Amino acid sequence: HLATSLPLPSERDHLRPRIDLVVFMIDIKSKYSLKNVETSLAHVDASFFLGKVCFLVTGVGRVNACSIETNAVCKLGEAYCSPVLFCELELEGIRVTTAQRLLRMLRICAGHIPGVSALSFVSLMRKSYDD
Amino acid sequence: MDETVAEYIRRTVLKIPREEIKMMLQKWGFLSEAQLQTLNFHQIKDNISQEVVHLCEENSADIKQAAALDIIYNHMYQNKRMWSVYQMKKSGEELEYFDITDFKKKFKGSLRSALKNVTITFKEYEDNAIWIRVAWGTPYKKPNQYKPSYVVYHLQTPYVFISASVLKSNLPLLCQALIVASNYHGIREMELRSHSLNSLKDIVFKRYSQNFQTYTPKPLQGGNLEPENADIRIVQENRSEKERIHRLNQEVFGSGPQPKLEFAQYQLETMFKSDPKMDVLDKKEPFRCLVKFSSPHLLESLKSLAPAGMADAPLSPLLTCIPHKARNYFKIREKKCLFPESFVSP
Repeated sequence: HLATSLPLPSERDHLRPRIDLVVFMIDIKSKYSLKNVETSLAHVDASFFLGKVCFLVTGVGRVNACSIETNAVCKLGEAYCSPVLFCELELEGIRVTTAQRLLRMLRICAGHIPGVSALSFVSLMRKSYDD
Repeated sequence: MDETVAEYIRRTVLKIPREEIKMMLQKWGFLSEAQLQTLNFHQIKDNISQEVVHLCEENSADIKQAAALDIIYNHMYQNKRMWSVYQMKKSGEELEYFDITDFKKKFKGSLRSALKNVTITFKEYEDNAIWIRVAWGTPYKKPNQYKPSYVVYHLQTPYVFISASVLKSNLPLLCQALIVASNYHGIREMELRSHSLNSLKDIVFKRYSQNFQTYTPKPLQGGNLEPENADIRIVQENRSEKERIHRLNQEVFGSGPQPKLEFAQYQLETMFKSDPKMDVLDKKEPFRCLVKFSSPHLLESLKSLAPAGMADAPLSPLLTCIPHKARNYFKIREKKCLFPESFVSP
């Protein structure tokens, strides 16, 4: 399900299945994108932040066009205890790899991988030198 | 052959891209087919142009023929120049039968009576347009062929497109000659400028696709909104909002290609509105400010702002009125009434 912001339109509530993973896409070229994500985060139920939320930063290939500092995004990830992934959508190879990573995360969050829960996975993803 | 003419022809040929030289010389028609056969178009342009000049010498070219070649070049590469649009005004009388020879005679007469040293060249094209090239001199100097003005006049319309040379002082003479020759009473400059001559024509002749308000009680089926998302596993949560934006965009811009403009300039003479407690600018004078939008294709980029999520739909009418009002230079002054909003001056 693709949405431009949260909350989701309520008229489609009955058509929506269970949500296993929320990926917030932040375009590093747009300050507005970061602001939009920060506003939308307030509409997410706290239980999602136990491994079912992930931040995806796009556009990192275009170094000259960065409007947001990676530091700011990493701080956001720490504040919400969620992993931050970086990718460049314009390159097919990276696009495919990122999609595969997200799919693997989704399978864990949906409970398809026995022995690994969303919460245990996200604690593995956390950077060890932060602790 | 005059040395200055030879040099001018040589420089004009040098401007033409190598692949186009043969075609342009053929269009010019001054050199015979046999002469063109003798030219080697596979050498460097410097040599090609020298050979062309030799052939022109054989045919004794004069400035008239050289100017004709220049018009052909500028007609083909018209988008390299900046064009302004002028509108002529009639006093309301019936337009007499238009005679092209009469027009040319009156135009030349009017210009030459004011300024002896001018080179005037005419060329008619199929789309009912007449191209006029004027090279300007002074009472003591021969015309400068390298800075001519170009006029494109569409017969039976009051519109003239002018690409003036740097010498702005000659513009009134040019306008005067146009009015005299075409039996109009006045001429005014419209605030419309662009490099794309065809787009300017599209705007003033209303040839671009405008959307006429049609009554549709239900929203139209957004059939070709996202053709690439044929994957049914992707669900767009904000589909209704996307469709609303698409519909509003269609209403404002129409569904066809937009005329090509490069700038929109807004000169603001409005009051600076700040918190009265802050007391910034205690002089109650308008805050003068110039806002300029530029883009390789301004109207298309404005059209794609809302669908790309970069602006709210509907866009400000100050931006969307550009083709309808046929202008891209605006002066915005304070509206002096109850509602302190700005308005667009005529």
